Amino acid sequence: MIKPENAVYSRTKVLTDNIMHYCPGCSHGTVHKLIAEVIDEMGIQDKTIGVSPVGCGVFAYNYLDIDWLEAAHGRAPALATAAKRLNPDRYVFTYQGDGDLASIGTAEIMHACNRGENIVVIFINNAIYGMTGGQMAPTTLVGQVTATTPYGRNVELNGYPLKITELIAQLPGTCYVTRQTVYNPLTVRKAKRAIRKAFENSMLKKGTSFVEVVGTCSSGWKLTPVEANQWMVDNMFPEYPLGDMKDI
Amino acid sequence: MEKTEYKLLKGNEVIAIAAIRCGCDGYFGYPITPQSEVMETLMELKPWETTGMVVLQAESEVASINMLYGGAATGKKVFTSSSSPGISLMAEGLTYLAGAELPCLVVNVVRGGPGLGTIQPAQSDYFQATKGGGHGDYRLIVLAPASVQEMNDFVDLGFELAFKYRNPVMILSDGMIGQMMEKVRLSPEKPRLTNAEIEERYGSWTVVGKPSTRERHIATSLELDSAKQEKFNQKLVAKYAEVTKNETRYEKIMCEDAEYLIVAYGSSARISQKTVELAREKGIKLGLLRPITLYPYPTEAIREILPQLKSVLAVEMSTGQMVEDVRLAVNGKIPVEHYGRAGGMIPSPEEVLDAVENLIWRK
Repeated sequence: MIKPENAVYSRTKVLTDNIMHYCPGCSHGTVHKLIAEVIDEMGIQDKTIGVSPVGCGVFAYNYLDIDWLEAAHGRAPALATAAKRLNPDRYVFTYQGDGDLASIGTAEIMHACNRGENIVVIFINNAIYGMTGGQMAPTTLVGQVTATTPYGRNVELNGYPLKITELIAQLPGTCYVTRQTVYNPLTVRKAKRAIRKAFENSMLKKGTSFVEVVGTCSSGWKLTPVEANQWMVDNMFPEYPLGDMKDI
Repeated sequence: MEKTEYKLLKGNEVIAIAAIRCGCDGYFGYPITPQSEVMETLMELKPWETTGMVVLQAESEVASINMLYGGAATGKKVFTSSSSPGISLMAEGLTYLAGAELPCLVVNVVRGGPGLGTIQPAQSDYFQATKGGGHGDYRLIVLAPASVQEMNDFVDLGFELAFKYRNPVMILSDGMIGQMMEKVRLSPEKPRLTNAEIEERYGSWTVVGKPSTRERHIATSLELDSAKQEKFNQKLVAKYAEVTKNETRYEKIMCEDAEYLIVAYGSSARISQKTVELAREKGIKLGLLRPITLYPYPTEAIREILPQLKSVLAVEMSTGQMVEDVRLAVNGKIPVEHYGRAGGMIPSPEEVLDAVENLIWRK
């Protein structure tokens, strides 16, 4: 018998009723839900400003029922910097993919983190450009086949996977830098705890909190959702090991 | 009654002072000659200790303009200043701001180009300021100060127009007005607005956190549905028509009996004003029409005095940009010539007079 007092799970009201455009097996939907739950549980829906990126996450504003800014490609940390400095009592977060954050937006993310902006950065790393059709990202693995590395990423031609989170952990402006994933119930719970900590940090004037989520892109990787999860475990985690890099 | 304050100030300095006094919420900028005094003055005055205004040196012009986007979307009065190469870097941000219909103020203290060009004054960014600069169908409202006093006055005016029309406004100055010192009557002080006051005055669109009583606010320029995007483009056209109808500003000097007309803005107008005096001493019936808004352009004002004119000279510190708008206004009815210096060279009133006399002689 289902009664309200027996309910162990319910859908957060911070998610809208819009049907997500994400592909089956994509990690974005899970991370969106976690952010929505954290906002709901902290009771900060009316105090949160999200900054969405260019890439698959561009339409994040359709799914989380909060006020949003939609940034130009890579510029989300600059928008968030001003939004937070001018509204210090608001929770401000950016939601960015690997192309947005680790390629075209490297200057903005490095300097926002180095200034220690009191913002939250959620960084989705699926090692590929999803929205534009599966091209190489800075985080694409060596040998990984993409639309622009049809013979696999070649370091002589394309350089190396950029471990930007490790770089960001070196910056004194950051207070919390962690790498999470969301491929099973345990990691989903851990990722949610990390996101919550990041949001809480942003009111403590400790600096920037940065949460990388290693995710899947089954369409870009040309794998089924189940295969994509396994490919991530076998190939992504060795290159991008999970866990906290910094927690002050 | 508050006592009027006068000060001897540089054009760049007064921009900073005027911003603090008119209740500006934030400045985000990156140093570049010849306008670095704007941020330097702000940092020296420390407005965060008095009005609470935020001042931040960004890592680049790209970041500066995107900080403006972030601040403007929350309904705050934000501005930046730069010079030509920096404004090119801001072109991306400006089109996003226009596309998201966000208000902000951008001061361009123009230097000669192209490329790194020179650090000396020029007016070679007219096309960029008035015809685009970034991609897509959009316009900036462009104000052209011809004195340090107008540098002061146009800060408050710029913010008013930006919020009235929810559109970026540019003050198109140049290295001469930015660097020269003049006596300035400072504007009265206005307090910064609260979120509630902003919403009451300018409407409910700001991205400040969604209360349960309203739908979420989204500052975006993205629309994948072509029919909706076209509708939005038409909305902008209507807005710009409204701006043109209400906000076209210009000054006419000695135009009543003029047979010959100089059209010039900013520094060139200042120089040409002296040329008009020199011409009148020689018995030449010369007048000056000074566009104060470059967008919207005072096309109608030029057309109105056309019947009394024999020819028109556009004077600008460029190889010929604004002259195209003069020609559009004149529409082939009488000759329009261009006189310009470039690369940081500043014309003297006498050489402009020579250009006027050549025009008359050629007639």
